[in-house]
Amino acid sequence: MGNLIPAFLKPESASVQAAKVDMIFTGLTLISAGIVALVIGLVVTFAIRFRRGSRANRGELPSLVSSEFEIGWTAATLFVFLFIFWWATSIEIGAYSAPKDAMEVHVVAKQWMWKTQSASGAREINELHVPVGAPVRLILTSQDVIHSFYIPAFRLKRDALPYQQTETWFQATKTGSFHLLCTEFCGTDHSRMLGRVIVMEPQDYARWLSAQPERDGLAELGERLFTARGCSGCHDAGSKVHAPSLAGIWGQAVPLEGNRTATVDEAYLRDSILQPKRDVVVGYEPIMPSYEGLLTDGEIQSLVAYIRLGTDKLDLIQSLSLEPSQNICAPGQSSASPRSPAMVPGAPAQTPRP
Amino acid sequence: MSAVGKLIREPWDELGLSESKAFALQRSGATFGIWVFIASEVLFFGAIFLLYAAMRIEHADAFAAAARETNIVYGTLNTAILLTSGLTASVASRAAEHDGLRRLTLWCLAATAALGLAFLVVKGLEYREDIEKHLVPGPRFALAQAPAQLFFGFYWLSTGVHAIHLSIGIGLVGRLIGKGLRDHEWLVGNAQVEIALLYWGFVDVVWIFLYPALYLAGRAG
Amino acid sequence: MSSGATADATTLANPRELPLELPASYLADGRTLLSWLATTDHKRIAILYAVVITFFFFVGGIAATLVRLELFTPQADLVGSDTYNKLFSLHGIVMVWFFLIPSIPTTMGNFLLPLMIGARDLAFPKLNLVSWYLNLGGGLLTLAAVLAGGIDTGWTFYVPYSTTFSNSFVTLAVLGVLVSGFSTIATGVNFIATVHYLRAPGMTWFRLPLFVWAMYTTSLIFVLATPVLAVTLTLVVAERSFGLPIFDPARGGDPILFQHLFWFYSHPAVYIMVLPAMGVISEVITCYARRRIFGYSFMVYALVAIAMIGFFTWGHHMFTSGMSPYAALVFSFLSFIVAVPSAIKVFNWTATLYRGQIGFESPMLYALGFLGLFTVGGLTGLFLASVPIDVHVQDTYFVVAHFHYIMVGASVSAYFAGLHFWWPKITGRMYPEAWARFAAILMFFGFNLTFFPQFIAGYLGMPRRYHVYPPEFQVWNVLSSAGAAVLAAAYLMPLGYLTWSVFFGSRAPNDPWNASGLEWRTTSPPPRQNFFGNPEVLAQPYNYHPESTPPIKDQPRVPSQGSLT
Repeated sequence: MGNLIPAFLKPESASVQAAKVDMIFTGLTLISAGIVALVIGLVVTFAIRFRRGSRANRGELPSLVSSEFEIGWTAATLFVFLFIFWWATSIEIGAYSAPKDAMEVHVVAKQWMWKTQSASGAREINELHVPVGAPVRLILTSQDVIHSFYIPAFRLKRDALPYQQTETWFQATKTGSFHLLCTEFCGTDHSRMLGRVIVMEPQDYARWLSAQPERDGLAELGERLFTARGCSGCHDAGSKVHAPSLAGIWGQAVPLEGNRTATVDEAYLRDSILQPKRDVVVGYEPIMPSYEGLLTDGEIQSLVAYIRLGTDKLDLIQSLSLEPSQNICAPGQSSASPRSPAMVPGAPAQTPRP
Repeated sequence: MSAVGKLIREPWDELGLSESKAFALQRSGATFGIWVFIASEVLFFGAIFLLYAAMRIEHADAFAAAARETNIVYGTLNTAILLTSGLTASVASRAAEHDGLRRLTLWCLAATAALGLAFLVVKGLEYREDIEKHLVPGPRFALAQAPAQLFFGFYWLSTGVHAIHLSIGIGLVGRLIGKGLRDHEWLVGNAQVEIALLYWGFVDVVWIFLYPALYLAGRAG
Repeated sequence: MSSGATADATTLANPRELPLELPASYLADGRTLLSWLATTDHKRIAILYAVVITFFFFVGGIAATLVRLELFTPQADLVGSDTYNKLFSLHGIVMVWFFLIPSIPTTMGNFLLPLMIGARDLAFPKLNLVSWYLNLGGGLLTLAAVLAGGIDTGWTFYVPYSTTFSNSFVTLAVLGVLVSGFSTIATGVNFIATVHYLRAPGMTWFRLPLFVWAMYTTSLIFVLATPVLAVTLTLVVAERSFGLPIFDPARGGDPILFQHLFWFYSHPAVYIMVLPAMGVISEVITCYARRRIFGYSFMVYALVAIAMIGFFTWGHHMFTSGMSPYAALVFSFLSFIVAVPSAIKVFNWTATLYRGQIGFESPMLYALGFLGLFTVGGLTGLFLASVPIDVHVQDTYFVVAHFHYIMVGASVSAYFAGLHFWWPKITGRMYPEAWARFAAILMFFGFNLTFFPQFIAGYLGMPRRYHVYPPEFQVWNVLSSAGAAVLAAAYLMPLGYLTWSVFFGSRAPNDPWNASGLEWRTTSPPPRQNFFGNPEVLAQPYNYHPESTPPIKDQPRVPSQGSLT
C-alpha cells in the first residue's frame, strides 16, 4: 500500500512509527482522492450535460431523489469518517506508551539550540546519537519559550514546554543522519534551530559512546544535591539572597574577614559547608546555616566535585527534574529565563530585552 | 408627535405598524439585543472563571494562602453595596414602566449610580491597602509561594475588568438620569432603562461569583 | 399588494407598467464626506467596510508576496530573520482579523441581510456604525504597531514568547485585535436581533435564504467565541505590560492554558470565515443553475451543526503539546464529526446542478472553483484530525496549505463570487464580464499552483514559519512562489476592472441575473429605504422555474431600470 506514492513525494521513513503513519496517510490520500474525483467528476459532468441550452431532460426530479438521498450520503460520509477515525486512533493508541526497556534521553530546548543527554551520560548539542532498533524514550523540556522537537523521518513531533515535561518515543529502523527541526515558532532564529539525529549500528554506537569524555558521575550527583539541599536557593547567580556565586571559584584565592585569604580547595569547601561561620568571605553576612550532620561525607564529596567542575557547566539536570515551584529561589525573581547566546553556528549574539 | 413616537428609532418606525405596536416591538428587540450581548459577556467572564478554576486546581495551597491575604471586610462591604444597588436597579426598572412613578424611578437610578460609585471608592481603598501590603505581583511581592503571584495576577485582572464594567454601568445609569431630568416623558417605558439595568444586573452577578473566589476561598473550613 | 402575484405567480412585471417617481438611490442620498462617515444606512456602512478591508487585503497581500519572494531560495536573500518573522506575522494578523473575519459578513452581510429579509435596515443602525469605527480603530492600532517596528509573534501570539520574550510591539497589535473583536461582537448582536425581529411578513425561518442562515450562524459564533479571544488577549496585555502573571511558567502558570483559550476562539473563527462563504455559494449556484437548492432544510441544519460542533474541536490544534491521549481522542472524534455536515453541503451543491440550466458567468466560475477547493481543503482537514498524521504534519507546510485551501481557496473565492454577483445591485453598474471570467480562471490556477506544492513540502517535513530551509524543499517552494506571482496578478485585476466599472460600466438593470431573492426586487442600487412599499414573502426561496424561465416574482413591482445615482 505504501508503494502507491512515488518515491520523490515521500519523506524518508526511518522508524517503526513512520511506517504506520505512512500507511494511514496513503490510505487517507486514496479515500480523499476518490471523494475529490467523485465531486469534481459530478460537477464537470453536470456542468457539461446541463449547460444552458443543452437538450437534456429537465423535468421534476424523480421522487426517489429527496431526503432518502440526503440520509444516504450523510450516513455514508459518517461511516467513512468514523472508519478513518477508528483506523487512525487504533494506531495511535497502540503506540502511545514507550516500551519499558526504552533508552531514556533528556532533551532541553532553548533559543535556539537542542541539548540532549542520554541515560548513558553522553551530552550533545544539536545532535543525538542513538542505536538502531532500540526504543528511545524522549523527555523534553524547555528553558525559555515553547519549542517543538520534530524528526520528519521518524514522523515524530512533541512540544518542549518551559517548566513542564513532555514525553514521546521512537524506534529507529534505519541507520543514517536525519533532520531534527524546531516546529514551534520560537523567535528570531527559529528556522536555524536545527540538529541531526544520527542512528548507528549498536556496535558503532557503543564505540561512539566509549569515545565520549569520561565522567565519574560525582559531579552530576553533586549538581542534584546542590539543588535538592537548597544550596542553589542562595548561591545561584541572580539569587535574591546575598550569597557568593560559586561559579568558577575552584582554585581561586578569596578574601576573608580580618585580611586573610584562602584558596578554594577541597578542605576549604568542606569547612565552609560544615562550619560556614568560620571563614566568611569579605562583604557577605554570616547567614549560612551549618550542614553538620545533614550531609554525609559522600555527599560533600559530590558537592565538591560539582563545584570543582564549575556550577555553571552543568545546568541540564537542574532544569529537567524539578517542579516549577522548587525552581524558584525567591518570590518575584524570575530565574525562569537563563538565556544564553545561541550556540548555533551563524546565529547572532543575543541582544538583551530593553 | 406623541411621547412614544419620539422614542421610536429607525428602522422600527418604518415597519408599517401602529405607533404603540412599533414601540413595543422596538423595546422587545432592544431587550433581546442586550440579552444576546449578555450571553457574550457570560462567555467573557466564563473564560476568566475557567482560568481561575484551572489555576486553583493546580496550585490549591498557594491559592488558599493568597486568598487569605485579601481584605474580607472591604470585599464583604462591597458585596453588600452591590447587592443593594441590584435592588434599587430593579425597582427603577419596574417603576420606569409606569407613568406616575417618574420621581421614584429617578431616585432609584440615582441610588444605583451612587452605590456603584461607593463600590468603586471602597475598591480604591482596598487597592491602596493591597499596594501597601506588596500584593502586586513582581519582585517585591509579599508572599513566598510563586503561584500566589498567579492568584494576585488574577485578582488584579478580574477586579480591574469588573471595575471597568461597573464604570460603564455607572455611565449608562448617569445618562438615563440626565435624559430623564431633562425630558419628563423620556423614561416611561423606554427600552434604554431596561437595557442599562439588565447590564447592571449582569455586572452584579459577576461580582457574586468573584466574591467567593477571591475572598472566601482561603477562609473556608 | 401582491394579490395579483398569487393569482398568477409567474406573471412578469412589465418595466413600463408603473411609472413611479423614484427616490434617489442610497449612493445619491447625500454626497458629503460626513454623509458617509456619520451614516446609519447599512448599505453605506457596508461600503465603508469594503474600503477598509480592501485596504487590509492588499496590506496582507504585500506581506505574503514578500514572504513568498524570500522563500524562493533556501538561503536568506531578501530580508533578515526578524524582518521575515514580522512579515509573516503581519500577513497572518491582518488577513485573519482585518480581512477574512470581517470580509463577507460586514460587507455583503451588512448590505444584503436587511434586503434579503425585507427589512429597512439592521435592528441597531447606530451600533452598526460604531462597529465600523471599532473595526477601523483596531486596524489603525495594528497598523501603528507595524509602523512602529512590527510584531514577530505570528498571528497566534503564543505565550510565553509573546509575553516575555518578544522584543516587538506586541501590546499595540494585540490591542488592535482586541478592539476589532468588540466590533465583531457588536455586528453579531445586530445581525441576530435583525433576523429575529425584522423579517418581512411571510418570511418564516425556513423561507430565509441560505445566505441569511449563514449570517445568522456566523453571528452566533461572533457573539459566543469572540469574548473568549478578548479575555485571552487581555491576559496577554496584562502580563506583558502590567506584569500580572497568568501564564508565566516561572511562577507556576501554564502556557498550554493560553492555547486552549486561544483555540477555543480561533477554531470557531475558521467557521466564521467559511460559513458566510457557504451562504454566498448557495445563492450563486442556485441562480446560475436555475434550480432550487437541493435539500434546503438539510443545508440549514448543516450550517447550524457546523456552528455548534465547531465549538468543541479546538483541541486538534494541540495534539503535539503533550495533552492527554484521551483528550486527543475526543477532539479527534469531534473533528471528524464536524466534517460530516460540510460534506453534506458539498453533495447538496453538486446535486443542485443536476437538471439545471447551468450558465458560466464569472460568479458561477468562482462558485465551481469553490466546490473543488473546499473539498480538497476539507478532506485534508481529516488528515489533521487523525492524531498520528497530525503529529507528523502539525506546524508544517501541510497545515499551511490546508488552511489556505479553506480560507483563501474557499472563503476568498466565495468573497469574489459574491462581490461579482451583487456588484450590479451594490453599485448599479455592470462589470466587464470577459475580464471577470479571466480573473476567476487565473485565480483558480494561480491558487492551486501556490498551495498544492505546500501539501507536498509539508508532508516531506518542511516546518512553517521558516525563514531559511533545508535545500531539498526548494523545488516545492519555487513552484509555490511562482503560483503566488500568478495569484497576485489575479487579485489585482478585479481591483482594476471593478473600479473601472463604477465610472464607466453600463447601468445595471434591477435583476441582471434573473435571480429570485428579495434583494433583486428593488432598484439597482436600492434607495435608502430599500424597498418601494412593504415586501411580503409568499414562497420558498430559490423559486427558480425548472424550465429556465425567469423566477417567480411575488413582490411589489419596480421599474427595471434603477434610479440614477
